[in-house]
Order: sequence, then structure tokens, then C-alpha cells
Amino acid sequence: MKNHTANEVQASAITEYFDGIRDAAPVLVAVVPFSILFGAIALDKGLSFAEMLLASLSIYAVASQYVMLDLMGQKLPVWLIVLSVFALNFRHVLYSAAIGRKLSHFTGFEKTIAFFLLVDPQYAAAEARSLIKKLTPAYYFSYAATVYTTWVLTNCIGGLFGKLIENPEIYGLDFILPLYFTALVVGFRSTSGFLWVASGSSVISLLIFFTIGSPWHISIGGLAGLAIAATLSRPEETSHG
Amino acid sequence: MADAVTIIILCAIATYVTRTGGHIVLSRFGTLNHRLEAALNAVPAAVLTALVAPYAVTNGPVEGLAILLSLFFSWRFSMIHGIIAGLVVLGLYRNFI
Repeated sequence: MKNHTANEVQASAITEYFDGIRDAAPVLVAVVPFSILFGAIALDKGLSFAEMLLASLSIYAVASQYVMLDLMGQKLPVWLIVLSVFALNFRHVLYSAAIGRKLSHFTGFEKTIAFFLLVDPQYAAAEARSLIKKLTPAYYFSYAATVYTTWVLTNCIGGLFGKLIENPEIYGLDFILPLYFTALVVGFRSTSGFLWVASGSSVISLLIFFTIGSPWHISIGGLAGLAIAATLSRPEETSHG
Repeated sequence: MADAVTIIILCAIATYVTRTGGHIVLSRFGTLNHRLEAALNAVPAAVLTALVAPYAVTNGPVEGLAILLSLFFSWRFSMIHGIIAGLVVLGLYRNFI
């Protein structure tokens, strides 16, 4: 009987691993072109191969890395480059606050690594997963390892062989991430106040996008949605949390 | 200008601070007020929507349509249907029209 249970535990861990890889697979299609391009552009802009690799291994945030390259090219002061990257990544503060509540059964070391790997699709997939079942380290890290490994390897390919993909937009690849995020958002439609939150966020996001400009629309639009959710909240709704 | 390695490492630290910061601040709170709890539950819907909204209106009508189709098909059927519907429309339009 004991053996049977152990087998079951092992079987479920394997299922979790495969679920993580399966859910990461569509994201790879979107990551690869950006990643190859980053490798190519980084070297084009004067980084050495080792510096490009260091950036991808240690920062692991594709949009910020493009911005960093661009600002480095403009010879801006270091503090301004770092501040821009911080501003661009500010949405991750919200991600880490929200997902941290679902990582309470992770060990301290697992959490340290988990937060490092908290890119947009990772966050979205972890939230979506925790809607249907408990978020396990096996699931979280197999998803993360799939994306991270692909990211680093294809960066190297881009750095070594230049612009392999000439027109990624022909296949609509430049649009996979927005489509993926749209589909993910829909997965949260049963959460309370969803329509109010989503409409509020999109309106404010567009307003900021066309006035103050990118990347502020993400954080400010997102915060507007949070304010709506907080306003609509009634004490009894969350007593089971 | 400082050397590239310094800039890269500082950017990596700035990024890691945002990815842990929210959790570290929040974990000092103890029990959460229901409004804060509701706000945190709304993070995926709110932030991902804010991220996507400009893509839907600034890239041309067919790109906007692709987002709408993705919205409709993932609402009605599943996530995968949504992504494929958007991609098919974009792929057809960009290659054949």
C-alpha cells in the first residue's frame, strides 16, 4: 500500500512536469524570434558575445534588454539606464505580490529562484494553473526551465549566426504574445468584478499610452484595474481566502 | 560611460528587485484587508489587459480583429482556439492579401 502511494506521488510529479512543458510550448514560438533577434542586435550594437550572454542569463526580461541596449547606444548615464529598466519592469512588483501568496509552500530557496524567473508568461501561466489546482514547484519550474533554456540557447544562435529570421511578422509571430495574453486574460473571466476590472484597465492603459506614453500604460492601467477591484470588494467575499 | 558588464549587472539587480519586491513588502503585512486581497486577485486581469490594450488599437485593423477573435474564441471555446484563431487571420492576411 505504501509503495502504491509512493508511485502515485511520483506519477503526479511527472504529470506536473509534463503539464509545465506542455503549457510552455506555445510561448516558445513567440520567444524564439525575439530571442534570436536580441542575440543578433546585441552584438551588432557592440556587446561581446559574453556580455550578451550575461545580460540574458542575469536580466531575463526581453523588453528591458532591448531598452538597455538602445540607451547604452545613446551613451546615457548609468543611473538613467537602470531607472528606465526599473520603470519598465514595475509591473513585476504586482506579479510578485500576487503570486507570492500561492508560493507559500515553496521552500525559501525555491522562492528565491521562482521570483527570478517571474517573466510575464510565467506569471500568467502560474496564476492560470492555480485556478484549476495547487501550484506545485514541479509545474512552476518545468515551465520556467523550458522557457529559460530556450531563451538562452536561441540567444546564442542569434549571437552566432545573426539575423536568421528576416521577416518574423509574415507568420504573425510578432503577435503571438499579445494573442496569448488575450486568451489568458479570458481565463480569469470568472474572478469577481472581471468585466469592470478589464474594461477599466484597458481604458486607462490606452489613455496613458496616447498621453504619457509607453511603458507607463502597463503599470498605471494595471493599478487602475486594482483600484476598481478594491472599490468593488465586499468584506464577506474574501473571508475564505 | 561605465563598462557594459556594470550596466548589465545593475539592470539585473533592478529587475530582480521588482520581481521580489511586491512579495517582500506584502509578507510584512500579516493578515490582508479584504480590499487589498481583492486588488491582488485582480492583478492578472488588470495588468495583462493593460499590457495588451495598445496592441489591439495601434497595429492596424486586422491586428485588432485578431485580438478580438482571440478574445471571442477563447471565451467560447478554449485558450488554444483563441490563439490559433488570431494567428490564422493574421497569417492569411499578411501572406495573401
